Amino acid sequence: MTEAGAGQKMRVEHLGMVFQRDGGAVSALEDINLDVSAGEFVCIVGPSGCGKSTLLNVLAGFLSSTSGSVTIDGEAVTGPDPRRILVFQERGVFPWLTVEGNIGFGLSKLSRAEREARIAHYVQTVRLQGFEKAYPADLSGGMKQRLQVARALAVNPDILYLDEPFGALDSITRVIMRGELLRIWQTERRTILFVTHDIDEAVQLADRVIVLSSRPARIKEILAIDIPHPRNISSPRYLELRDELLTQIGLAYEV
Amino acid sequence: MNSVAKPRRWEAFFWPAIAAAVLLAVWHYSVVLTGTKIFPSPTNVKTGVIELLHKNVLWADIGDSLRRVAVGFGAAVLVGIPVGLWLGWSAKANQVVNPTLQILRPISPIAWIPVAIIFFGVGDRAAIFLIFLASFFPIVLACVSGVSSVSPVLRSAGCNFGLSSTQLLRRVIFPAALPQILVGVRVALGIAWLVVVAAEMIAVDSGLGYLVIDSRNSGKRYDLVVAAMLMIGIIGLVLDFSVRRVERIKSVRWGFRNAS
Amino acid sequence: MKLPVWLRPLLFIAVLLALWQVAIDRHPGQLLPGPIGVAKGILDLLQHGLLLKYVVASLFRVTWGFGLAVVVAIPLGLMLGWHRRGQMAAYPIVQLFRPISPLAWIPLAILWFGVSDLAAIFLIFVGCFFPLLLTAMSAVHNIPAVYVNAGRNFGLSSSAFVSRVLYPAVIPQLLTGLRLTLGIAWLVVVAAEMISVNSGLGFLIVDARNAGNRYDLVVAGMVLIGAIGLMLDLAMRSLERVRSFHWSISED
Repeated sequence: MTEAGAGQKMRVEHLGMVFQRDGGAVSALEDINLDVSAGEFVCIVGPSGCGKSTLLNVLAGFLSSTSGSVTIDGEAVTGPDPRRILVFQERGVFPWLTVEGNIGFGLSKLSRAEREARIAHYVQTVRLQGFEKAYPADLSGGMKQRLQVARALAVNPDILYLDEPFGALDSITRVIMRGELLRIWQTERRTILFVTHDIDEAVQLADRVIVLSSRPARIKEILAIDIPHPRNISSPRYLELRDELLTQIGLAYEV
Repeated sequence: MNSVAKPRRWEAFFWPAIAAAVLLAVWHYSVVLTGTKIFPSPTNVKTGVIELLHKNVLWADIGDSLRRVAVGFGAAVLVGIPVGLWLGWSAKANQVVNPTLQILRPISPIAWIPVAIIFFGVGDRAAIFLIFLASFFPIVLACVSGVSSVSPVLRSAGCNFGLSSTQLLRRVIFPAALPQILVGVRVALGIAWLVVVAAEMIAVDSGLGYLVIDSRNSGKRYDLVVAAMLMIGIIGLVLDFSVRRVERIKSVRWGFRNAS
Repeated sequence: MKLPVWLRPLLFIAVLLALWQVAIDRHPGQLLPGPIGVAKGILDLLQHGLLLKYVVASLFRVTWGFGLAVVVAIPLGLMLGWHRRGQMAAYPIVQLFRPISPLAWIPLAILWFGVSDLAAIFLIFVGCFFPLLLTAMSAVHNIPAVYVNAGRNFGLSSSAFVSRVLYPAVIPQLLTGLRLTLGIAWLVVVAAEMISVNSGLGFLIVDARNAGNRYDLVVAGMVLIGAIGLMLDLAMRSLERVRSFHWSISED
């Protein structure tokens, strides 16, 4: 039993993941150690295919690790749980439910009045007013992702895992969505683990950025982003941190 | 995709009307020119339809056919959907049962007629059994493939909100598979309508299929044969339309690519 | 108890067969045969040379009826589908004819062709023609506009356009339609043979029943129908797996 420090939320210790494929063993994650405090915004970046999503799926309980442990509030993670919700890159909303139905999906245990109040609140939070009765087919990509975030927040989770949530959106929508997410995070103060392959996204959003190496993924560097919000994306410190990250990933900063 | 610009509104009625008129004219004149006494012309068929309507046999026969389809097909839906969902849900069960299904499925429902007659005698129940068999397999197979093609992302999302397996089945798997299940149901209804007519020609003595065969056997009334065929076509069309209506409902419409 | 995966379905079938046999043994004097009786029936048919003769007769009718329907319905359907007004004109009529059970055509088939192979072939043709026509029409309808525009962009002549864009684009959907329709053909031939000819597997079933209640032969006929139907289906599926056919529009 490890002693939880003040405000500590999650502790990952010696986490490893080995897949059995075609008789051979493929190592995806190796010796991941990480502490996350409550209310922290952590971004995970790394080269594509390095195992970022695998890590997130292990943390969320969808995959079980082959070694090491994940504990949240001192309790081992053994499976998916509504106290921690994973938001998928795309096609994560239920196409047969309306916006209201999606947001209310995890709320069936609440009384009708409570449920409706909660739905109305989160429709406001993600700014989908006027679309309560719309089906996902009638929403844009950005709106669908906001809907997924609202559905996740509605069950009042401690932790939100976001797996490249804006990866399928166009670049303008992506910038808008970052602002929205920051706004929501600042009012709701959940712990967020955010996987992305976009360096700028990480530097704009995170308190800390975890850089993973290519397969098998190890933690290469943990970078604290010490710029207060709202961040000026042309400030020297911002550019410095961004360049630092690019170098870590192994990309030259000249095109 | 199309070769020409969007047609105007009136064309939606104009072209089918022209085509129907041409068809009727060809039919009429080929009857006149060949001088056949047996094969009816469109006018003969029209009087045939009117005669059937007046004699009330038609309504009784339509009622009988629809009743058989409703019972046999209804039972197939009630049994087939749960069985199909279960097989789609449990890979192990599917592995064990699927080969048997694949062997039974291509046996023409008509080939079951002698067996149906042993079990149930000549009568309603034999026909209903045949319709049940004919619609059961397409429904089960549509469910199996519908469930197995539910996106893993949606399954995971469902699990994430703490659903038990039965809740997951009811609230995620079933609605996600529903569009494909509906397609299976529509196909099955088409087959059921095809089989009821065949079954009535062989195994019972009422219904539209019986009307066709009886009109021929008792007095070579080919005008009534064609009139009955027309009725079969129209009712089949109405049945198909009503299932298509269900496919338009918003909570399943997402699953159809040509949704508009 | 751990069973190898391939053995489980076989075991399941064996259990079903055993139950069937036991049920028959417990009710002696039943008309219905057990699996052993059916196996003997199939052997019996083989020895009399009827098995091959009837299977060939049924397959012969299906080949002609289905083949003719393919040759007529597919080009016609593609053409109608391509010209929107043609589609508009034909669609309601096709929709009206399609739900008419092919068996309801039996009186007309006999009137036109007598009790003969031709009548059965005609029934199979009618049973396959309308579904194939609809498949071809909707296949053209579902070609993504990008493909058509890309084809035009490269300045293909109309014959090159048909062979290099239209045809490859509709193949995957057509194949599925062909497979389903072959199933219908197989269903219709059995029914047609029960009523309008005197050879083939459908005739075998009716004849075995009428001439002396030989239910072992009836069920033997059903088993053969199932087995051949399964083989036809598998053959069509293997066609769908051919590489250049193996894409579908939904993969975009």
